[in-house]
Amino acid sequence: MLVLENVDAHYGKSHVLHGVSIEVRAGEVVGLLGRNGVGKTTTLKAIMGMARRSGGRITFEGRDLQGVPPHGLAALGIAWVPEERRIFKLLTVLENLRTGLDRSGMTSTRRDALLDKVYAYFPILRERRNQAGGTLSGGEQQMLAIARAMVLEPKIILLDEPTEGLMPRMVAQIQEIVHALHRDGVAILLVEQNVPLTLDAAGRVYVMEKGTVRHHASAAELRADQRVIHEYLGV
Amino acid sequence: MDQIVIQTLHGLVNGMVLAMVASGLTLIFGIMDIVNFAHGDLLMLGAFVGATVLGMTGSYWLALLGAAIVIAILGALLQVTTLRPLIGRDPLTTILATFGVSLVVQKYALWQWGPSVRQISEPVHGDFNLFYLQYPWYRIVTALLAGLIITALWLFLKYGKYGIWIRATTQDRVMAQAMGIPVPLVYTAVFAIGSGMAAASGVLFGPFAGVTQTMGFDFTLRAFIVVVVGGMGNLGGSILASIFVSLLESYAAIMVSPAQAVIVSFVVLVLTMLFRPTGLFVPTPK
Amino acid sequence: MSATAISTAQPRAHATGYWTAFAIVVAALVVVPPMLPPFWQRFVTEILIWGLLAMSSDILIGYTGMVSFGHSAFFGLGMYGAAAALLTVKPPSLLLALLYGLVAAGAVSVFVAFFATRLRDIYFAISTLVFSQIFYVIIFTWTDVTGGENGLTFRQPRLSILGLWSDVFTPTTFHWFVLTVVVLSYLLVRRITQSPFGMVLQSIRENEPRTRAIGYHVERYKIVAVMLSGLFAGLAGVLYAMQNKFAAPDFVFFVVSGEVVIFNVMGGMGTLVGPFAGAAFFLLLRESLSRFMTEYYLIPVGIIFIIMIIFLPQGLLGFLRRRLNS
Repeated sequence: MLVLENVDAHYGKSHVLHGVSIEVRAGEVVGLLGRNGVGKTTTLKAIMGMARRSGGRITFEGRDLQGVPPHGLAALGIAWVPEERRIFKLLTVLENLRTGLDRSGMTSTRRDALLDKVYAYFPILRERRNQAGGTLSGGEQQMLAIARAMVLEPKIILLDEPTEGLMPRMVAQIQEIVHALHRDGVAILLVEQNVPLTLDAAGRVYVMEKGTVRHHASAAELRADQRVIHEYLGV
Repeated sequence: MDQIVIQTLHGLVNGMVLAMVASGLTLIFGIMDIVNFAHGDLLMLGAFVGATVLGMTGSYWLALLGAAIVIAILGALLQVTTLRPLIGRDPLTTILATFGVSLVVQKYALWQWGPSVRQISEPVHGDFNLFYLQYPWYRIVTALLAGLIITALWLFLKYGKYGIWIRATTQDRVMAQAMGIPVPLVYTAVFAIGSGMAAASGVLFGPFAGVTQTMGFDFTLRAFIVVVVGGMGNLGGSILASIFVSLLESYAAIMVSPAQAVIVSFVVLVLTMLFRPTGLFVPTPK
Repeated sequence: MSATAISTAQPRAHATGYWTAFAIVVAALVVVPPMLPPFWQRFVTEILIWGLLAMSSDILIGYTGMVSFGHSAFFGLGMYGAAAALLTVKPPSLLLALLYGLVAAGAVSVFVAFFATRLRDIYFAISTLVFSQIFYVIIFTWTDVTGGENGLTFRQPRLSILGLWSDVFTPTTFHWFVLTVVVLSYLLVRRITQSPFGMVLQSIRENEPRTRAIGYHVERYKIVAVMLSGLFAGLAGVLYAMQNKFAAPDFVFFVVSGEVVIFNVMGGMGTLVGPFAGAAFFLLLRESLSRFMTEYYLIPVGIIFIIMIIFLPQGLLGFLRRRLNS
């Protein structure tokens, strides 16, 4: 469904990605592992049209994303949960969700249903719905960021390091969410440094180093033989 | 003593009109980092359009509405043709581009309406009696109208669906796009709203001093000052700053000539930039 | 950007070509104007003066990356400074006019420079705009000293060299005098911008935080840049005062600053020669268009200006340079 073929990308003046090829099929959870700075986030940014692409192709459901304006990706079914979460700090929780809920084609019944569903996943958000996004804790902001993506009813969510900086209890919650989304049929491209979580949640995993994909295997294989993980992540 | 009361009223009324102008300017700056040099000239054009509509229909309210709509459309066109191509370039270029627009608009107004002063007659006549003093009713009505319009804007931004889009885009353009918000359209809409408000301000201010081609520059200058003093992009701040600066100017006019009273606002600007560059009315300097 | 490009690519061939062209232009400016009808001779002289003013602005806009809308203040103060000298000291002295004018402009530039270091970009641009308006208001309303709305009129000083020989200016000799001043100024500014000092200025324009991080005291460089810019703008003001024998508040009004910026953009920022080309282009356009359109000439000129910002951001000179190189 989402296919990156031989993608070269630049961020500013540095050539960050070299011939990256990745595929995510409908409903799959695919992991993207690697140390800091190998280009995982840049890969997501390239999909979102935020990094300058100098080679290769990115297609979604067969359609080349080259000509799609940045605000057209959500309508295609691609949602993004960035590394820094990027909550609209001065908007309330509800208003944050409304940025996705209010899109064209949404009836008020569908909106209410979606909102209820999201509040069911994240009860704390219902409690804090009239609070400004900036007043939430790190874990709550992460939940809001994921909820905001869910509200777009996407076909794929690009999840960038959702467990970074979170307490173990929250990490477990995120793991639950990923499973739940998978059950719902949403594909996920999960960028992470947390290896156990990724191996548990994902079906297939790509391992990146220095801007290119070094290894590609099923999660089961990587769980069985931890040598690859040791080599590229040093854990 | 009477002088002080009268000047206070002047300051408040002028402050409200200025607040309307500054609101549009700060909204535009907050969302797309554009310093709209032509803002005062759009006000001036709105005043002329208003005067013309008034001449044709005899209705002040139609003039107000007509001017706002026409100039809002013009603003949208301007943004799409001259400012959209400059997105992503050095911010200096947008200042220059809007400066160019300002020149063209000024001379266009001169060409269309000629050099004589146009009149916009007051919407209501008679004076208001405050104790034993008399103050023209229409000025108070103007201030109330300005307040109403600003409140409507605030409500729209706070609760309207598109208001949320505007606020989201202002805070984080990239994330707003990722949420599917059509940012280029939001930019055009905001520029249109700002222009429309400027035009309406022009019609509101018309009865005060007549409509001339040069009335715009004074407003642009004052609006810049007020937007900086209030904190750029800060709507509430620019409203407070408008009233504050206008009051100061009015009081200064008791002692010096009105032409010189304007130096007061300059001084406020300079002091703000030196000591509280994020804005006088911004609670915590970042 | 352009200055470094000149110095790194084919230096010697480029340099001889450049100096030849320069010599030809200067020679033309010496020989041709006396042959023109008086109106056009004055016109050329005025282009030189406005070009000098625009070049002073280029030091800030083109080289240091600081947009200033306040050059009308420097220009105006140079003008009024010269007026002061020519009115108060008898007989009117050329040297004193220059001195007073430069001192006045210099003083203002120190004032502005102080703010330059504390404010960036937009805030600096707005505050320079505000300053020029402050001076306008002061000059306009302080009627006793400045003549208010009507300005001041005075006599042209005589050209005297070291007190040995003095004679009244003719339009031709005045033109040559202005040409000399402008050429010397240009050469001086060019020397400065190509010096290490100039390189630092350009580095500030390209990436200020990095320049600071490397260890340069950015504030000091900015202050010097503003003062240089102000002095040359004041010099232009003195020359203008002497040519027209009057000083008026109109020249301190913001519109003059705006026009200067237009010259910069049209001619090409960061080129030093560009401002002269831009001034010539604008003034010629104005001259030809105002025949049919009187004051509405600004409508097409304004539109041309906007189109140039969008499609020809490097200005006329940038456009020509690209053509010549390809």
